[in-house]
Amino acid sequence: MLSLLWIIIALPLLGFLLLAVSGKKLSRAVVGTVGVGTIGLSAILTIIIGISFISGLSHTKVYVQTLWQWFYVEGFSPSIAFHLDSLSMTFIFVITFVGFLIHLYSAEFMIDDEGYSRFFAYMNLFIASMLILVLADNLLLLYLGWEGVGLCSYLLIGFWYKDPANGTAARKAFIVTRIGDTAMAIGLFYLVMKFNTLNISTILLSAQHLWPVGSTMAFTASILLLGGALGKSAQLPLQTWLPDAMAGPSPVSALIHAATMVTAGVYLIARTNVLFILSPPVQTIVAVIGTLTLLLAGFSALTQYDIKRVLAYSTISQIGYMFLALGVGAWSAAVFHFMIHAFFKALLFLGAGAVIISLHHEHNMFKMGGLRKEMPVTFYTFLIGSASLAALPLVTAGFYSKDEIIWYSWSSAGGNPWLWIGAIMGAFITAIYTFRMVFITFYGEVKMKPEKKLSNLILIPLIVLAVLSIISGFIQTPSTLGGVSIFSSFLTSTLPEVIENHFSEGLEILFQVITAVLAISGIFIAYLFYVKRRPSERSHSAAVNFLLSGWAFDKIYDIIFVKPVVWMAEIDRHDFIDYFYTFIAWLTGLGHVVLKQTQTGKLRWYAMGLVIGAILTISIVLLS
Amino acid sequence: MNNVPIMAGLILTGILFMIGVTGLLIRRNLVFILMSIEIMLNAAGMAFIVAASKWMQPDGQVMFIFILAMAAAEVAVGLALILQIFHKFKTLDADKLNNMKG
Repeated sequence: MLSLLWIIIALPLLGFLLLAVSGKKLSRAVVGTVGVGTIGLSAILTIIIGISFISGLSHTKVYVQTLWQWFYVEGFSPSIAFHLDSLSMTFIFVITFVGFLIHLYSAEFMIDDEGYSRFFAYMNLFIASMLILVLADNLLLLYLGWEGVGLCSYLLIGFWYKDPANGTAARKAFIVTRIGDTAMAIGLFYLVMKFNTLNISTILLSAQHLWPVGSTMAFTASILLLGGALGKSAQLPLQTWLPDAMAGPSPVSALIHAATMVTAGVYLIARTNVLFILSPPVQTIVAVIGTLTLLLAGFSALTQYDIKRVLAYSTISQIGYMFLALGVGAWSAAVFHFMIHAFFKALLFLGAGAVIISLHHEHNMFKMGGLRKEMPVTFYTFLIGSASLAALPLVTAGFYSKDEIIWYSWSSAGGNPWLWIGAIMGAFITAIYTFRMVFITFYGEVKMKPEKKLSNLILIPLIVLAVLSIISGFIQTPSTLGGVSIFSSFLTSTLPEVIENHFSEGLEILFQVITAVLAISGIFIAYLFYVKRRPSERSHSAAVNFLLSGWAFDKIYDIIFVKPVVWMAEIDRHDFIDYFYTFIAWLTGLGHVVLKQTQTGKLRWYAMGLVIGAILTISIVLLS
Repeated sequence: MNNVPIMAGLILTGILFMIGVTGLLIRRNLVFILMSIEIMLNAAGMAFIVAASKWMQPDGQVMFIFILAMAAAEVAVGLALILQIFHKFKTLDADKLNNMKG
């Protein structure tokens, strides 16, 4: 069964080709069937392959399928090969399954859009690229998928291209991630130079043997790869593109900017974990960046009034948690949080999309209100997603995944109290901003009546994701709460286990209680501020505006990078080398103007010219 | 016939040619310009005759027949053009027909 692996990628690619070539001629029903159906088949195939992979896990931990050799240059020969292990298995499951639900939702959500087939073509291409990214056996193929998702992200953010603002947002996402990608490309060149191959397992194996812990080579390689991961995963300092990326349709935000693409950085670091383990300083950097990002983005989310931007900042913040987990060496905790986050964040974005489409594309939460009674299914599923994001203790999946990260940020070998404080503060803020969003949108008096009745195609994905946002947490629980470790033992065949330094059961219980109390009190504070004392409009104070703009990062980058470049371009317009060429052009122009005067159109003038010429010629002949 | 000095013949042709050139330059009417060109052609033809009689060769007179034929053809074409110009522009003033300028 495992040999069918390539078909998982081929199906969405086929769907893309079909829709891209003949999408305009097909009816909407056919387009929807092709767009959703290919992903659906991929998802089914993934589950079949998953079952046969898990049942054979005792003897084959890694399955590699080599299709063909890509090219051959001077002994360097990357191949088109797919590498299936427990890490990539988790990722392809989330990508195809959540991807399928989102496609199903989009089939209804985008039905009135004129670019219906274009939308599904891009979405299918995105799924194919993302699958290539996570299944790639070598870093070059991974980079192909990496750039593929970058391209699709650009195309989908700017999907409604008629509004120039969307185009700007798309370009911003593309350019900012490109900064990270450049670092990553240099990292790939560095690895080729050192090992003459980009095959991931070969690199990891030889790095383990050849490079000592803390060596400069491991430092260089891992920090360059980290650059790529920061760009793609919207972490400090390259996080500015993600909030603007909300210009795309809501399913795009759900699929790309929450569930899958932005976690590519997490995947990259988890995949090349050996390089990061070999350079402890870089791991510390990862943890610190993760903590800072989760706090910064959390504070920004507190002040947003666009419902999708709240979710965007919370995505940045949650990926910050994943980076924190990667940084402290809790590899499987990061991947676990990735999976849970994919479920509840996709749910939240789809729920927000349902609200937005029912209210005629209104994004401002302060113009909504009282939707609890009007849209019950959306409300309850959204509430479950929010509870999971806010890590409501015991009942939600988000609690188990986040609690694990918070615990390891203290107890693991790379952890320290500062990271822990950042993490629990983040958890507290998360609870506040999440329920602020819920309370403003769904409670209070009704300000706008939803007009559209939502069909089952929109509601079913919401319900499935809501169920997953609750039950998927029980496959991995802390040792104090049952100690189920299905997920982490599944990943141990690929990822190293976390090293715990300060383990003590009593402390763990204490920390869990602190986390739980903070989450619940966060929800309570949100209740006090947004249900009891309900503000009718957003605050306009300077501090709020500062956070609203995402800590003014855009302005700072504008001053540091954009303005000087524009200034230099202005100067360059008066380049003195240019003056030389302008002078030649001017001289030619001058000659033209002068000689033009002789062309008078007067016959006798020309005759005079002939005569003078003849006289001159004869004189020269006679006199010489 | 042989007692006309060759120099006199050549000076006459020179004078004729200069009259033609001067006419070409100072006349504005296209018909007169065409006539001036005829005078210049005939001056050239006469130079051939003078040279032929000096060296007792018939070639010069043959050349003159050619020049005559050429001049006749040229006048036919030239006059046809002048007629067309007059139809189109209602004038034969060469200075006014200056549309083709840079």
